[in-house]
Amino acid sequence: MLLGAKNYRKEVTGLMRGKKRELKGLLFVLPSFAGVGIFWLVPFLDVVRRSFFSAVSGEFAGWKNYETIFRNQAFRLAAGNTLHFFVVCIPLLVMLSLLIAVLLTRRKKGIQLLKSMFLLPMAIPVASVVLLWKVLFHDQGLLNHLLSVFSLEGIDWMNTDASFGVLVVSYLWRNLGYDIVLWAAGLGSIPAALYDAARVDGAGEWKCFFFITLPNLLPTMFTIAVLSLLNGFKVFREAYLVAGDYPQDSMYLLQHLFNNWYRDLALDKMAAAAVVTGIVILLLILALKKAWDSEA
Amino acid sequence: MIKRFMTGALVLLAAAAVFPIFFLVCGSLMGDGELAGLLAPVLENREGFAAWKLLPEYPTLRSYIKLLLDSPEFFVMFWNSVKITAGVLAGQILVGAPAAWGFARFRFPARGALFTLYIALMMMPFQVMMLSNYLVLDGLGLLDSIEGIVFPAVFSTFPVFLMYRFFAGLPEALIESARLDGAGELQIFLRMGIPLGSPGMISAAVLGFLENWNMLEQPMAFLKTKEKWPLSLYLPNISMDQAGFAFAASVLVLLPAVLVFLAGQDYLEQGIVSTAVKE
Repeated sequence: MLLGAKNYRKEVTGLMRGKKRELKGLLFVLPSFAGVGIFWLVPFLDVVRRSFFSAVSGEFAGWKNYETIFRNQAFRLAAGNTLHFFVVCIPLLVMLSLLIAVLLTRRKKGIQLLKSMFLLPMAIPVASVVLLWKVLFHDQGLLNHLLSVFSLEGIDWMNTDASFGVLVVSYLWRNLGYDIVLWAAGLGSIPAALYDAARVDGAGEWKCFFFITLPNLLPTMFTIAVLSLLNGFKVFREAYLVAGDYPQDSMYLLQHLFNNWYRDLALDKMAAAAVVTGIVILLLILALKKAWDSEA
Repeated sequence: MIKRFMTGALVLLAAAAVFPIFFLVCGSLMGDGELAGLLAPVLENREGFAAWKLLPEYPTLRSYIKLLLDSPEFFVMFWNSVKITAGVLAGQILVGAPAAWGFARFRFPARGALFTLYIALMMMPFQVMMLSNYLVLDGLGLLDSIEGIVFPAVFSTFPVFLMYRFFAGLPEALIESARLDGAGELQIFLRMGIPLGSPGMISAAVLGFLENWNMLEQPMAFLKTKEKWPLSLYLPNISMDQAGFAFAASVLVLLPAVLVFLAGQDYLEQGIVSTAVKE
């Protein structure tokens, strides 16, 4: 009976939903798409075209710009550092935020307060923390002071390879809360009955975590990792404001390179690098979208 | 025992996360003399280490007074930040909400391809789009203008995606019944879509505020005239010998963002979650 009513409704809906109606959706999207086309899509296609031309003579250059950037020392350094940054930071962030999310959900009180505290850095403007970063990571700064209290040797954070650590700290600090919120949502969607059943069978905390929590969270993990990566590009803001155009080598990222090429008006190199970076990110996004679609 | 240790570690880490706020507020209430005393090793390369205190020893509002009374340029840039943020948010909602509704409730041709394009664009880092952004602003004569910062951001596709997630979650039966009552598509969007999807729009506004108040790369690349700069470019340029002033300015920049955060935290969390997880 119920099924019959449902089918009937579907049929009516099907009739009402003529093609004409669906086309009206385009009208809703049109103003936005016009702007997206003008400000993002068309100019980016122009960049793709430019990447095959010489900026100076305007002649067709084939793959030459691409060869140039892959031979370019600065590009190699920056691409390597950016890759290094992600390889170190993403597993660290994803694991640490999972650990904190699990600990938070086990607590009885103070959950919301702690979550807010971890999330708050998202709201703190970069320009405001620059001051702290300078005082914190200076050779005679607060961090080395703290280390010296524990009789540890200080490090010149900004002028040695340790500057990479400044990137890592900036990134973890700003993104931890974001990932905790994502993990907490994932944890909340695991049915409590699963845990109850396991406990009845005598499973301990660790067993529950490895055999229930982790397998149930695996699909979420990929999404979180990709979102963390894309948010990671913003670490440039802290890096740039603290250390400027040419920071210590180990924190010189692709973002710095783009910025410097922009200032030098090296448009053909920039175009080729934008296309290469864009393709890598596009592949990641398509993989993410595929994961989303299969989730539904 | 382990539980105690974990709780301790958790609280310590959370405290470290909010330490910057404490640091800035505390510093802004110290006089220049007290700050110089604590930070001399960093400011003047004096021997020893920089130090910090839990509370200012001689609390004073002098830095704020100096900021509010003697620095007109701060207000100009504060106002620039307000203009940029308000313009971007208004535009994003005005253009983005209908688009999100269109994607969520209609199945027009090429919808899938268009939506994939939107997702791809929303996740591209600024640097990849930097050159194209420059080219279009140059072409339209919008370089070195606040409009040139606002327009591309208005057509950022992230708010569309976020609102789409909320609109798509509304039950079809509800909208169908309005349609059976003879309501037009525009009417349905205005009378039902907007009120029912308002959490999505608020989420987009909260996330958008935090993002655009913090905007750095675009103004840095496209604004040459100092009078048009937002605060994010102004603050790092305050020299360190005006430490108290720099602290007070940092706090005033921080304040609106923290207020929006506190008022909209639920929406912020909903927004974050709906970016990643399908309802």
